[in-house]
Amino acid sequence: MAGVAFDEMTGDGSTCRPAYSLIKSWLAETKPETLKRRQEEAEFLFRRIGITFAVYGDAEAEERIIPFDIVPRVLTTAEWGTLSKGLTQRVTALNRFLADIYGKGEIIRAGVVPQELVYQNPSFRPEMVGVKLPSDVYVQIAGIDIIRTDDNDFYVLEDNARTPSGVSYMLENRDVMMRLFPDLFAEARIQPVENYPDELLASLRSLAPASAPSEPTVALMTPGPLNSAYYEHSFLADKLGVDLVEGRDLFVRDNVVYMRTTEGPKRVDVIYRRIDDDFLDPLAFRPDSVLGVPGLISAYRAGNVNVANAVGTGVADDKAMYTYMPDIVRFYLGEEPILKNVPTWRCREPDSLKYVLENLPDLVVKEVQGSGGYGMLVGPKADKAQIESFAAKLKADPDNFIAQPTLALSTSPTFVEEGIAPRHVDLRPFVLTGSDKVRIVPGGLTRVALKEGSLVVNSSQGGGTKDTWIIEDPDTDDLGPAEGGSPSQSQSQSQGKV
Amino acid sequence: MLSRHADNLFWLARYVERAENTARLLEAAARLSAMPVSHAEGSNEWEMAVAATGTLDSFQEAYGEANARTVVEHLAFSTFNPSSIRSCMEVARTNARSVRTALTMDMWETINSGWLEMRKRSAARMNRQELSDFLGWVKEASLRFDGSAHRTMLRNDAYYFLCLGSYIERADFTARILNVKADVLTPDRPSVGGGFDYYQWSWILRSVSALTSYHWVYRENLKPHLVADLLILRDEMPRSLVACYQNITRNLDSLARDYGRQGPAQRKARATFGRLQGAQMDEVFKTGLSDYLDTFIADNANLGFAIAEQYLE
Repeated sequence: MAGVAFDEMTGDGSTCRPAYSLIKSWLAETKPETLKRRQEEAEFLFRRIGITFAVYGDAEAEERIIPFDIVPRVLTTAEWGTLSKGLTQRVTALNRFLADIYGKGEIIRAGVVPQELVYQNPSFRPEMVGVKLPSDVYVQIAGIDIIRTDDNDFYVLEDNARTPSGVSYMLENRDVMMRLFPDLFAEARIQPVENYPDELLASLRSLAPASAPSEPTVALMTPGPLNSAYYEHSFLADKLGVDLVEGRDLFVRDNVVYMRTTEGPKRVDVIYRRIDDDFLDPLAFRPDSVLGVPGLISAYRAGNVNVANAVGTGVADDKAMYTYMPDIVRFYLGEEPILKNVPTWRCREPDSLKYVLENLPDLVVKEVQGSGGYGMLVGPKADKAQIESFAAKLKADPDNFIAQPTLALSTSPTFVEEGIAPRHVDLRPFVLTGSDKVRIVPGGLTRVALKEGSLVVNSSQGGGTKDTWIIEDPDTDDLGPAEGGSPSQSQSQSQGKV
Repeated sequence: MLSRHADNLFWLARYVERAENTARLLEAAARLSAMPVSHAEGSNEWEMAVAATGTLDSFQEAYGEANARTVVEHLAFSTFNPSSIRSCMEVARTNARSVRTALTMDMWETINSGWLEMRKRSAARMNRQELSDFLGWVKEASLRFDGSAHRTMLRNDAYYFLCLGSYIERADFTARILNVKADVLTPDRPSVGGGFDYYQWSWILRSVSALTSYHWVYRENLKPHLVADLLILRDEMPRSLVACYQNITRNLDSLARDYGRQGPAQRKARATFGRLQGAQMDEVFKTGLSDYLDTFIADNANLGFAIAEQYLE
């Protein structure tokens, strides 16, 4: 499957795709020195604003800046329309699946998903069985990683259903681009993303417990300033206009959660937590956690507070469950999945394991529970010794791995040292689910592998980001809005029960 | 607002203020130490500086003798002294980072770049000129912080807690400076003669940047009881105890108004302010300046505890 990658500007290399015509002429008109200067200005702005992230295990660089590329990545409203429908469908199915496995377990009884994969999954939370959540929504915020391989071929690479991060970069990238290139924005008519915090707050408030007042109190819970995404936490709290709380700011009395304020205890109705399940409540999970709130889970189970994302969503987004997503969509929605899954070998199945071991140099092998690009093998980039040592790990614990072909991720023009060159990209749109509807701001975070030929886009491994533009397709400009491209990009979600 | 955030702001302001005060103290000590020996006879200005910060015991344990090298190390760069300029700037930055959403961009930048700069500095081989540049830089960082807070912050509870931290720290410092020199300010003491007294009094005024103000207010030579009067009872002097308490009560009243209720902190602050407003210098000297200041320092600390109990915990 790997071969010459599809380039989003030039297609197979000979033409210019209409979506990129503006970018192409802009790049042609602009001197490299000007681009270089703009790139430096962008970097200066990011440093000033203090957009930083920490890399674990890197004591020297407590705070680093994620590299930003000034050449935007462009999709048309028609392409986005399909993506947005597919994302809504996928996240709706994820929510139905979680409500089912913590409820009646029909999908297991129907034999669609093996029960050991659910009940023996380390992310499955028995505490959540039988708990009724507002509107049965578990994944309020999903970050679905999408890759493209051709004109019409989009694949879901990962469903991030725990505490997906990166949305602050989506917002700041746009902000910086608008400051640096106001003329481009005037010409391109790009769909806005800056309403994301409003949409997020509306979603969170719509899922407040029934006992909450009409203006529910939302708080954003962070593990603290040492967390790698602390900047994003404080950025979002600021944009949402909610308090940024740590565990020690909260306490539970009579199964109700309060925060300690200068005016006395204040009740909290919805907690947007950016802290893993394990650390939420030392009484329920890790007893050594000092980041959590004793009694939180008990208040949550009693229905006095809602937590976003729900506790126990990790069972739906590990890489083994991923392989069942097309079946999960069909089972709950009775529809064919709009977004494709990357073909995946489950190493827990002996035939697949055999195939994977025989074809390691051509495959990407990932840990079922891994994330951030750690603990994976990229076959075509690995040498013999690396492949052999990975094969040993694989044989020792096959259940812990899945394998995928090395997909030719699409490339997008990127400003690098030698000038403009194609670099591989992916896309993480952020999908918000409220009690009323699914909301997706048009676009998302484009991550780019800055090293030539590299397919790893993770910021912890040398990846950067780009602004993502959804523009009207120049071809259909006079024909009215393209299909699926309604301005708010939100679609009603049916709330029928299984 | 969150109690922890209010606490962070309160202490952020205290540590910034403390860093600046310590810088002024070192400047004054360096100046006095450059005087001819006869003028400074019998007093160790370096030891006095450490005493004013209330860390004499831990200092003597760690360094023994007080001289330019050991005191600069202890008060400016030590990582063991929690009140050294370096420690103050580090804690200020940690506090600022935890409470970033309550700070404006200008304030955050001042604190953050101040700390990044501080990390590059060390006491090693710093000559007089370099020390003076360094202390000037610390004062500037603090002034930039105050200025950006004053100019860019919303006037709400976050601002009030920040101001409370500054003024309580400032009042504490002014009282301590006066207290280490209480003996040379007492009116009836026999004069040592020569320039000694003059330089002691001017040291006090320099430590709180009040030498010029003194001349504007009194248009007189330095007189010990006027030095004490200026720093305790004159409300036009911004570092005087009464001026600090005017601001403390004002900020506590603003909090009480916004929150719709008041408590022990407001009552304590008002009582102290009232006592300062009604006081006369000759009465102060009658009770004994040192005793008077000891009482004030204790009351001021108690107000800090009352604020913590009422709002910050």
